[in-house]
Amino acid sequence: MPSVSSTLTMPLMVGTVLGVVGFISVVAMILVYAERKVAAHFQCRLGPMRVGWHGTLQSIADSLKLFLKEDIVPTKADHLLHAFAPVISVMAAILTLIAIPFSSHLVLADVSIGVLYVSAVSGIGVLGILLGGWSSNNKWSLLGAMRAGAQIISYELSVTLSLLVIILFAGSLRLTDIVHSQEAGWWIWRAPGVGLLAFVLFLIASTAEINRTPFDLAEGESELTAGFHTEYSGLRFAFFFLAEYMNLFIVAAMGATLFWGGWMPLHIGGFTAFNQLMDFIPGTVWFFGKVITLIFVIMWFRWTFPRLRVDQLMSLEWKVLMPLGFLNLLVAAFLSLFGWYFFPLVF
Amino acid sequence: MNNSDLESYLLSLDKDLVLREKSDRVSITVPSEKLLQVMTQLRHDRALTFDMLSAHTAIDWSNENKLELIYQLYSSEHHHRIMVGVYLNREAPVTFSLCSLWQIAEWQEREVFDMFGVRYQNHPDLRRILLEDEWQGHPLLKDYKDDFMLERPW
Amino acid sequence: MVTTTLSLSSVPISSLDKRIQSLENEQSSLGTQEYFVNMGPQHPSTHGVLRLVLHLDGETVKEVIPVLGYVHRGMEKKCEFIGYRQQVHLTDRLDYLCALMNNWAISHAIEKALNIELNERIQVVRTILAELQRIQSHQLWWGVFGMDLGAFTPFLYGFRDREKITAIFEDTIGARLTMNFIQPGGLMFDITSDFAQKVKEFIAYFKPILNEYDELFSGNIIVQERLRNVGILDAKTAISIGTTGPILRASGVAHDLRKLEPYGVYSQVQFDVPVGATGDCWDRYQVRMQEMRESIKIVEQLIDNIPEGKHMVMKFGAKIRVPEGVYYSEMETARGIYGNFIVADGSEKPYRLHMRTPNFNNLWSIIRMAPGLRIADLVTILSSIDIVVPDIDR
Repeated sequence: MPSVSSTLTMPLMVGTVLGVVGFISVVAMILVYAERKVAAHFQCRLGPMRVGWHGTLQSIADSLKLFLKEDIVPTKADHLLHAFAPVISVMAAILTLIAIPFSSHLVLADVSIGVLYVSAVSGIGVLGILLGGWSSNNKWSLLGAMRAGAQIISYELSVTLSLLVIILFAGSLRLTDIVHSQEAGWWIWRAPGVGLLAFVLFLIASTAEINRTPFDLAEGESELTAGFHTEYSGLRFAFFFLAEYMNLFIVAAMGATLFWGGWMPLHIGGFTAFNQLMDFIPGTVWFFGKVITLIFVIMWFRWTFPRLRVDQLMSLEWKVLMPLGFLNLLVAAFLSLFGWYFFPLVF
Repeated sequence: MNNSDLESYLLSLDKDLVLREKSDRVSITVPSEKLLQVMTQLRHDRALTFDMLSAHTAIDWSNENKLELIYQLYSSEHHHRIMVGVYLNREAPVTFSLCSLWQIAEWQEREVFDMFGVRYQNHPDLRRILLEDEWQGHPLLKDYKDDFMLERPW
Repeated sequence: MVTTTLSLSSVPISSLDKRIQSLENEQSSLGTQEYFVNMGPQHPSTHGVLRLVLHLDGETVKEVIPVLGYVHRGMEKKCEFIGYRQQVHLTDRLDYLCALMNNWAISHAIEKALNIELNERIQVVRTILAELQRIQSHQLWWGVFGMDLGAFTPFLYGFRDREKITAIFEDTIGARLTMNFIQPGGLMFDITSDFAQKVKEFIAYFKPILNEYDELFSGNIIVQERLRNVGILDAKTAISIGTTGPILRASGVAHDLRKLEPYGVYSQVQFDVPVGATGDCWDRYQVRMQEMRESIKIVEQLIDNIPEGKHMVMKFGAKIRVPEGVYYSEMETARGIYGNFIVADGSEKPYRLHMRTPNFNNLWSIIRMAPGLRIADLVTILSSIDIVVPDIDR
C-alpha cells in the first residue's frame, strides 16, 4: 500500500487542501443556517427570514460580520496560546475530514487504519479548547475548559468501544472496507442487538464529545457565561464555531459510515429486485442523506433537552455507558466469532 | 388568639411593655434595654411562637430626637401578628442583634444599619447592604443630604 | 445579659473586602487552592444585576456572598417626598412582573387607612387581573427556568404564552409591563367590554398548553435528576428566613394570605394551596406549576359574572391625606408577601414608607441552600427562587 503523500502530486495536494477548506466553510455555513432553522421550527418561530430568500444568505452575512469584527484579546491573556488555540481546533477537524469516504470513489485519503486515525486526530481538538480556556486568563473560561477536558477524555472511551464492535464484524480498520462489508445490510441491524446498542452508545457519547446539548457543559451559557470561548471574538471565535460544526458533520459522517453503511444503498440480503432498485440512487446521495438525518437527530437533542450537571455527566459515562460498552463488545466478540449475525454468507 | 386576647397576654408578660396607639394592629413598645429579653420570649413562648420576622425597619423621629426600630412579627403556627417598636437614642443608636432568633435578621439589620446607622451588637457581619462600603452617611435619616439630591420646590 | 452597656464604638463595622479576606485567611496553605469568582453583576443567570461572590473549591460552592444594591434607587427615600397617589406608580418598578399586584397592595394599604369600602366590581376585576398576572409571572419563570437548566426551547414557549396575557393587558389597561392600573379607590378606568371574552379564550388556549409544558420539560429525566434533592430548604429554616410565597409553600408550609387573610374576593372562590414535601427545587417547580392551574380555576369562577358597578368608588385629587398612625398591610404576589408599612403624619406625604419585598428575604435562602453543591446547582436554585432584582434593591 503506497503512503498517502506519494499518491498525490504537489499541485494536486494544494488543490486538495484548498478544496477541503472551501468544503468545510460551506458545510459549516449550511449547518449554521440549518441549525437556526431547525431550532426556530422547534420553538414555534421562523428563524432568519430577512437576508435572502427565507434567510438563506444569513450565514454569509454572519461570517462577513465575524471577519470584520474587532479581535479583542484580554491584556493579561497568554497572547500566543490565545491566538493558537482556535487554529488547533479547526486543524483537528480538517485532518479528520480527509479520511472520510463520501462515496466509493470520493475519498481523499483511504487510510488503512481509518477508524483509529479519525478517533486519534479528532481527539486533538480538545487541546484547542483546553488551551483557549487556559490562555484567556478568566476563571469561567478555565472552568469550561476543564469541564471539556474531563468530558471528552471520558466519552472518548465509549465512542471507541462502540466503534470496536463494528471493527470486530467488519474485520478491518479501513473505512472503505467497513462500508463494503455492509453490502448485505447495515451493521446497525445486521449485527443482532449489539449493532443497535453500539449505535445508541456512539450517538450519546459522540454528542458529548462534540460538546452539544445535553452535554454542552464546556459552554454552559447559563452557568459559565460562555465557557472556554468567553474571551474570544471576531475571527477567532468564528474558528471555534467552525470547528464545532465541522465536528458535528464528522460525527454524523462516522455514524453513517460505520453503522448505516456509508454510501451503500439500503440492501436487504436476498431481495435482489429491491436491492437493484436501490442501486439506482447514487452513493453520494445516500451518504449525505444519512449524514443529514443524523445531524437532524443531534440538533433535535439540542433543542429538547436541558443540560446535565458535571457530576451526573461523569457518572453517566463511567457507571452506565462504559460498562454497557464493554458488555456489548464482549457479546459482539462471541457473535462475530461464531458468525451469528444476519446474512453472514453474502460475501 | 384574637387581637384583644393577644394584647392582654402580651401586657401580662412584662410590666414595661406599652401598647401603641394609632396602629391598625396589635403593637407594643419595648424599652430598649429589654429588647433581647422580650424578643426571646415572643419567639419561644408556646402561646405566641412568633417564628417569622416579616419585616424590620426604623423610623427617624428627628423632632423628638429619637429613632424607632420596628419589628413586624408573624407566627406561622397561630397565624397572628404583632408589631414591636423600640426607641433608641438618635445620636448613638445601638442595640442588640436578633440574628440568633431569626436568621433573616442578619440582612434586615444590615439594611437598617445601612439606611439609619443603627449598630447591632453581636451581629456576625455588620456592613452596608444596598449602598457601597465607602458611602458617607445614612440616607433615610431625615437630615441626610448629598450632592445627588435635588432641592424640591414643594 | 440585658444590663450590658452598649456604645457605638463597641460595634465593629465590616466591609466586603474584609469579609472575603477573612475567608481567604481560613484556607490552609496545604492542599488544593480555593478561589473566589464574581458571578454577576453581568451574568446570564442572575436575572438582572445581582452579584454573587462565590467561594469555590473546584466546581463545588463553599459559600455564597450576595452583593446587593446595583439597582438601588432609593425608593423609600423618594416616597417621603412624593404623595400617596404617586407611590402607586413607583410600585410598578419594584417587582415589574407583578406590577398589578404591587399596585393593589399599596392601594389596599391606603384604602384600609382611609376606610374606603370598594364595590364588588372593583374587587372582582382586581382579583381576576391579579390571578392573570400570577399566571403570566409563572409563565415567564417557567421559560427562564428551562433556560437556566440549559434548555432554550421552554424559554420561547413561555414567552409565546405570556404574550397572550400581555395582549389582554395591553387591550384592557394600555400597558404591557408597568400597568399602573389599580388605584386607591378603584381602577384607573373601566375594563373593556370584550375583556371577559378574551380571558375565556386565553384560558381555553392555555389549559392544554400546561400539559404540553409537562410533556416537554417536567417529565424529562434530566430535569428530574437536576431538580430532585437539590437545594433542600426545610420548613423551620424557611420560616426563620422569612421566605414567603412558593418557596415557603414548597417547604411544606401552607402559608398563603389569599386563604389566611382573604382580601379581594378570594373568600368567595374555591382554590387549593399547593404545598411541597421536601422543599427541594423539584417541589418549588411543582408548586408553581400547580399554582398556574389554581389561578386558572379562580379566574374561571369569576370571569362569567363580573358584577356591574362603577370602576371608581372614590375619586381623589392629586393629594390623598392619610390620617395619622402606623399601617401595615400585606398581600400575596407571585413571589411571596409584599408588605407596605406606612407611617402617616396626617399630611399628603407619608412620614416613612417601608416596602417589605418578598425577594429580599427569599434570596437570603440561597446562603443556606448553596454550600456543598455545584455551580450548576447554584444556578438551578437561584432560578427556583425566582428573584426579580429591582424588588430586592428597591
